[in-house]
Amino acid sequence: MHRVYLDNNATTPVLPEVFEAMRPYFSDQFGNASSIHHHGQQTRAAVEDARESVAALLGCRASEIVFTSGGTEADNLTIAGLVGAGDHVITSSIEHHAVLLACKRMGEIGAEVTVLPVDGRGLVDPDDVQRALRPNTKLISVMMANNETGVLQPVEEIGRIAAEAGVCFHTDAVQAAGKVEIDVRRIGCDALSISGHKIHAPQGVGALCVRKGLRLQPLFYGGRHERSRRAGTENVPGIVGLGKAAEIAKEALDRGDDKKMAALRDRLQQGILAQVEDAVVNGDGAARVSNTCNIHFDHIDGEAMVIALDLKGVAVSTGSACSSGAIEPSHVLVAMGLRPDQARASIRFSLGKQTVAADIDIALALVPETVARLRELSPTYRKAAVSS
Amino acid sequence: MAKSQKRFMQTKNTIAVAMSGGVDSSTVAAMLRAEGHNVIGLTMQLWNQRRLSGKDGMPESVQGRCCSLDDVYDARRVAQQIGIPYYVVNHEERFERDVIRPFVEEYVSGRTPIPCSLCNNHLKFDQLLIVAQQIGASSVATGHYARVAFDDARGRWLLKRPADASKDQTYFLFGLTQDQLSRTIFPLGDMTKPEVRELARQHGLALAEKPDSQEICFVPGGDYKRFIDAYLAEQGEALPDTAGELVTTNGEVLGEHGGIHNFTVGQRKGLGVATGSPLYVIQISGASKQVIVGGEDHLYSRTLHARRVNLIAVDDLHEPMRVTVKIRHRHEPAAAVIERAGEDEILVTFDEPQRAITPGQAAVFYDGDVVVGGGWIA
Repeated sequence: MHRVYLDNNATTPVLPEVFEAMRPYFSDQFGNASSIHHHGQQTRAAVEDARESVAALLGCRASEIVFTSGGTEADNLTIAGLVGAGDHVITSSIEHHAVLLACKRMGEIGAEVTVLPVDGRGLVDPDDVQRALRPNTKLISVMMANNETGVLQPVEEIGRIAAEAGVCFHTDAVQAAGKVEIDVRRIGCDALSISGHKIHAPQGVGALCVRKGLRLQPLFYGGRHERSRRAGTENVPGIVGLGKAAEIAKEALDRGDDKKMAALRDRLQQGILAQVEDAVVNGDGAARVSNTCNIHFDHIDGEAMVIALDLKGVAVSTGSACSSGAIEPSHVLVAMGLRPDQARASIRFSLGKQTVAADIDIALALVPETVARLRELSPTYRKAAVSS
Repeated sequence: MAKSQKRFMQTKNTIAVAMSGGVDSSTVAAMLRAEGHNVIGLTMQLWNQRRLSGKDGMPESVQGRCCSLDDVYDARRVAQQIGIPYYVVNHEERFERDVIRPFVEEYVSGRTPIPCSLCNNHLKFDQLLIVAQQIGASSVATGHYARVAFDDARGRWLLKRPADASKDQTYFLFGLTQDQLSRTIFPLGDMTKPEVRELARQHGLALAEKPDSQEICFVPGGDYKRFIDAYLAEQGEALPDTAGELVTTNGEVLGEHGGIHNFTVGQRKGLGVATGSPLYVIQISGASKQVIVGGEDHLYSRTLHARRVNLIAVDDLHEPMRVTVKIRHRHEPAAAVIERAGEDEILVTFDEPQRAITPGQAAVFYDGDVVVGGGWIA
């Protein structure tokens, strides 16, 4: 079966160039980057090269990059590393669980937590951030792009508010990296998280950009790796992969590849809306990253839709992969004002660098007929059709 | 497999198998796959075992069987081993609405419910069948011990007892409609449990020796009273005050009882009164909250009314019909006559009085091995 993968916000395939860059570091160049000898020097050089590539993608200094096991660790390191009992943290209702649940945990150990609402487009209002500030506010954490809708948040405005108030600002840029230009100085953030496997590097590696001079309490204790910010022998092949992927992402952005991606995404979106009645784009009207569209198909069971499309070779999702199998409807869509049944009837399509026009054609051929079949067999759709 | 099902099965269909993580449904998936069908494994996530654990006296550890992480793990590993796509579908909301709620409400009204039948009617052969059709499967196969066959003479789908009488599950399946039966496959209907385990071993399934589940899947340890307490407490609802009098069949008040949901018709132990001759619960009155007790002879009755009736082998009961009737899962069907007693109500008159006819349980009518239909004992 020819398979079309449109779930790149869950994970992306490692690009061949990335894989080739990593290959020597599994066997030939195996040294521990902390070792004094030749072997250690080889891998140390590779790690520092990768650090420079990642710094170039984010517009920060190489010394500000801390390699982690992924986006979740980068988010947790920031939140647990900065916030303590008696501190106040401001976040939003549409954050990834890596941020939301880390903040919740801080609440359990004595911090105050404010979770800001979003509007119908899924946007945080910077005025809400301003109003939520308290004398003891330590950290604001608002994501750059939402993983379910792709909606870009007003991070630069929030960055200005944070700077004026003298409060740390963290942004989870896991779903923004490689899709839009990132410049930590322009955003004015003190910390920014990215994940390797969302930008065609392998799973198990990520990075946190931490502003010079900002001290974080580490999550792990051990060696003095990553300038004592993250103990543990470096995942050298993963870090090399992340460096290569960051390099490729930056070149692609400089070339304007994101506009081609947006054109493919728009063709998918418009094609679906043209063929399917009662379909609405979640987050419509807000600026979105180029690869994501999230569509609410009235009266379908999103779970059944994902399974039906998978059996036909098209991989999509109902939302965050981390929430699969859960009963709760997407907290992001509910925060945007969708009813639980509408949230459950929403499907996320997310493109990657490997997505080609033929993939979109296949999706456009299969999605409308699948929605029609689901609706035909839906007890509630029949009822609604009769009563209207 | 029943003859008509064999014929049906000769064409290679896409079949969804309801996989619970137990040996029966796992073996069904393996055998259908080996026969060359396009098999999709589905597990229904119906109840979160951790939801009530540790609350109001419920055990801390997760002991219940259904929908535990272990069972989903087992089902998924079988699907991976035999090479079929596998998905978990979440129907917790429907399960709570259609099974848990009625289960609790029946008990506090003085009846003794059967959640398995509700689950079959509202979830396994309704929701799951819809999902199966939506994802392109023409039918659903389960590990139930029962048989389905199309009867040309009557022009109806029949539900029949399985080869292994000791595993007969037709009592829990009386609510299936003709449409549901037409899309249902019970591949274990012609097999005995030892044969199923042997087949599981032949297919190399690691769970071939996994013990059978016995209790109600969502009630860990079988203590339904604690479950009801914990559920109502979680919902922020007080357990309705169902305490009342313990009364003899002669109207003599023996004392007080703590709540009618603690009693089941036929129960002897735990009545809290000492008398010379053994006393049994004869009747539970939801309205007056009385528990009526008496000697064993009062437990016997010749008639019952069955409501919310589903007929399978016949389209209607135009005249009285001789059948055998089963009034609880472990009950030898007893000879009786059934006749219409009103809209959606059937009067069952047994040849011999039956012990402990219990409101809330099902009365299922058999003609030999064929399930004529059934209803809920009023």
